Amino acid sequence: MDLSAINPVLLVASLMVAATPILLAAIGELVVEKAGVLNLGVEGMMITGAICGFAVAVETGSPLLGFVGAAAGGAALSLLFVALTQYALANQVASGLSLTLFGLGLSALIGQGYVGKKPPPSARLDIPVLSDLPVLGRILFSHDIMVYAGLALVAGVWALLRFTRAGLILRAVGENHDAAHALGYKVRRIRILAILFGGACAGMGGAYISLLRVPQWVDGMTAGTGWIALALVVFASWKPWRVLLGAYLFGGVTVLQLNLQAAGLAIPVEYLSMSPYLITILVLVIMSSHRSGAPASLGRTFHASQ
Amino acid sequence: MLKLEKRRQPSQVWAYLAPVVAVVATMVVGGLLFAFLGKDPLLAIRTIFWDPLFGEFAFYYRPQMLVKGAPLVLIAIGLSLGFRAGIWNIGAEGQYIMGAIAGAGVALAFYPLEAWWLFPLMVICGAIGGLLWAMIPAALRVIFGTNEILVSLMLVYVAEQFLASVSLGLLKNPEGYGFPGSRNLQQYPSAHNAELITGSGMHWGVVAALIAVIMAYILLNRHLLGFQIRLTGEAPRAARFAGVKPKQLVLLCMGLAGALAGMAGLFEVAGPSGRISIDFNAGYGFTAIIVAFLGRLHPVGILLAGLLMALTYIGGEIAQSSMGLSSSAIQVFQGMLLFFLLMVDVLTNYRLKLAKADAA
Repeated sequence: MDLSAINPVLLVASLMVAATPILLAAIGELVVEKAGVLNLGVEGMMITGAICGFAVAVETGSPLLGFVGAAAGGAALSLLFVALTQYALANQVASGLSLTLFGLGLSALIGQGYVGKKPPPSARLDIPVLSDLPVLGRILFSHDIMVYAGLALVAGVWALLRFTRAGLILRAVGENHDAAHALGYKVRRIRILAILFGGACAGMGGAYISLLRVPQWVDGMTAGTGWIALALVVFASWKPWRVLLGAYLFGGVTVLQLNLQAAGLAIPVEYLSMSPYLITILVLVIMSSHRSGAPASLGRTFHASQ
Repeated sequence: MLKLEKRRQPSQVWAYLAPVVAVVATMVVGGLLFAFLGKDPLLAIRTIFWDPLFGEFAFYYRPQMLVKGAPLVLIAIGLSLGFRAGIWNIGAEGQYIMGAIAGAGVALAFYPLEAWWLFPLMVICGAIGGLLWAMIPAALRVIFGTNEILVSLMLVYVAEQFLASVSLGLLKNPEGYGFPGSRNLQQYPSAHNAELITGSGMHWGVVAALIAVIMAYILLNRHLLGFQIRLTGEAPRAARFAGVKPKQLVLLCMGLAGALAGMAGLFEVAGPSGRISIDFNAGYGFTAIIVAFLGRLHPVGILLAGLLMALTYIGGEIAQSSMGLSSSAIQVFQGMLLFFLLMVDVLTNYRLKLAKADAA
């Protein structure tokens, strides 16, 4: 084993890249859950976004358009969840599961023609001066644009929830949908918008995996990232900045175990590959003692007659 | 504008009709999907739903219904108990894998000993393997209040990695010329889950599935525990006043589901699949969730739903070889089934009414 082969600067730099898909999906899901809806279909929306983004990017040659397509794909799939939970008033857990099962099949179907193809490369942002800084330049200022978009999204969601009237209404709907309804807010409409936003974010997260992190199309390539994103929202106690912290933590674990695999650690590869999932469980256990942040109406069905 | 009005009592008619409508809707939309893929929709639906049962080679496919249906029914019965009580074990795939590894591990440890007690021991160990794996999310929920949905699902990925590890290492066939995967249990008479009647598809897993259906029916309809499970799902507060111990119920429901999934895994690995290999699991643990819901969480319903889902697997394979319909199209088809079921299910609890303005 050769631990000196692991370059800490590259490790931190790749940590930010590894964290981005989880970050995008989790921040979207945070908004959905803040509106009182539990969408367990993140994995399905991510994988759908991954193939939609990949297909659009390959066909148009533009990674940026790919991300737009991924957001559209993820949001389109989340429309099914809207139909189930907001109109047919179905159980949210079961609906989320159906979304994931359906999304996994759909993505494999669309992806048949794209196995083995290469997506167009995404340009790294090259900021003059800043990118050339020693250490910091490599870690902070030489990523692709989606890494920064993810950070901006976290800041945006934080500001929206904390400082704006729209954010206040969103939280009110999530805390007590009956009271919000009595005040005249359109509970269903607000929730639909939140679900669509969550779907678009999950889609982009998925596309980040297929376009940049891997980059190619493999069936079921998100491999549980969507579920980890769901766990991350719990870990973050529904606070945007803690989602960022959590995503970097998971990104760090993922990158570290990959590096350890490459360095030939004495532990078999399979056990290292388990580590992100095991750490997710550990984190869930630690966080389950204080679950103060959960929106009070989370997962409950709203019907105006009741 | 259409408006939903809550029914005072859930509609009995729709409770039975909803799965049927969902299946028909899936056939229609699925047919459109197949047409979009450039296949003849009527031919595709016929190939999937008719040919395995009444087609030219039905004598071959009919036994397959039992082979594919048994693990689905066995897992779904276990899941349905928990789902009824609001306990969401969605990691049956992991429990299935761990049961298979535990049971096959016992057989391989005794190889090449021939003894009558070996197969029963494998079944017990398979059940224990699944049970212990399901006890992880159950215990974490009971002790720490951790969300069992996420933990049980995370453990599927852990189990998959463990499966890869043992098929490359611990359980690898020493005479396998270095290829991954264990010895073939079909060639080890004492451990082989063989057909009980040749050509019928009937193996011990099918027997176990039928017993599970009957036991679950008795449990839910004639036993206090079944009443407690139903009560907890429908009125958790009332259940607590009635003296139901929620923690015990979590352990019991998850444990039963895990044990049944583990047994399903063992029957599969010792029978139709034959050996532990990296990808021996076929996603039955996830499809069983669809089966449980399609069967309305009712034992007899699950039996029918399991057979129907087995039909889509077999018909899908026929359509794949004869029409070039891809296996992922069948996966979409199965996903659609759950989707439509949840959609139609609204009519069980609500009735549609015409209204002038949208209230929400």
